[in-house]
Amino acid sequence: MIGQAGREKCDDVLVQVNIDTSEGIKVDIESKVKQLFGKQIEQSVKEVLYEMDVKNAYVTLKDEGALDFVIRARVKTAIKRAKGGVK
Amino acid sequence: MKKLRRTMMFCPASNPKMLFTAQIYNPDCIIFDLEDAVAYAEKDSARDLLCEALKVVDYGNIEVFARINALYTPFGETDVRELVKAGLKNIRLPMCECSEDVQKLERLIEEVEKENGIEIGTVKIQCAIETPKGVENAYEIAKASDRIVAISIGAEDFTRSLGTDRTKAGRELFYARTRVVIAASAAGVDSIDTVWADVSDMEGFTAEVRDAKNLGFSGKSCVHPSQVKEVHRIFTPTKEEIGKALEIICAAKEAEKMNLGVITVNGKMVDFPVIQKAERIVALAKGAGVYKEEE
Repeated sequence: MIGQAGREKCDDVLVQVNIDTSEGIKVDIESKVKQLFGKQIEQSVKEVLYEMDVKNAYVTLKDEGALDFVIRARVKTAIKRAKGGVK
Repeated sequence: MKKLRRTMMFCPASNPKMLFTAQIYNPDCIIFDLEDAVAYAEKDSARDLLCEALKVVDYGNIEVFARINALYTPFGETDVRELVKAGLKNIRLPMCECSEDVQKLERLIEEVEKENGIEIGTVKIQCAIETPKGVENAYEIAKASDRIVAISIGAEDFTRSLGTDRTKAGRELFYARTRVVIAASAAGVDSIDTVWADVSDMEGFTAEVRDAKNLGFSGKSCVHPSQVKEVHRIFTPTKEEIGKALEIICAAKEAEKMNLGVITVNGKMVDFPVIQKAERIVALAKGAGVYKEEE
């Protein structure tokens, strides 16, 4: 089950969440600011996964300079889409 | 001090950048749109973006509304549940046709407020009247709930429902616009005029804003940041108007001390309605920040 949200456009981030895994949480980040903010981005992703009770997921992010609230929103939407049934 | 609603600037809630830059244009209100400006497939993501923005972005004194999807769509109820929980204080209800539409929204809001420990009555409503039936029920709508702070006319859907087209002269909208203004005034809420979609036609926009002010609207919907300044310019009293108003208020106070009824200021008769108009001008000037008491 894979969910995707966001875009590879300025101030946005393309997030893909695969919850069809049993290997815990894995986060892959592609970002120009990964060196500076990679850890914070990963932390935000993990917080959203925790809030939404997701224990196993492979998350990829293609970041184009998204602010923290945008990253959180995109991860949230991608999880909901992966789970399905959300309008 | 009464909250000014001279400008209501629409921004698509699906645009991450607008969610943290809209306030730099300094409108009185921002309406983050989840309805017409958002593609069907992105309704969920736009809602999530707005929820997260509401939690962290400081919009200062700007009143933030969300135009939710109509409650009869698959998205409307979830919009209310998630946005109110995230801290939204103002909802614009689209396609409002009767008091039952408002009451349905009110019941849902109250339920969400209770569920989330939010004080009952926190969330306010603006009703968008966009159909002939809505226009006919404008007063009933404006009085349908204590939560209502404004009603507005939406010309695009209104003319579509009426089976006509919008013209530059706007005669097709005259009745609906005046009806909304009068209903709002009688109910004691604000009235907001429709959008002017042709952003390149600033001359036409200015003429419509002046018309809206003369008809008695409290403010105007804007679809582009460039329109905000123009509406503020027209809806904010000039120094000259403020000066005249203060002169009238001052003369009225003196007359009251001397138990005089009708007085004249600069050769013109001043009675109660004139004094009230002068007080409204000063209140508007204070609200707009162009006049302070000590001046």
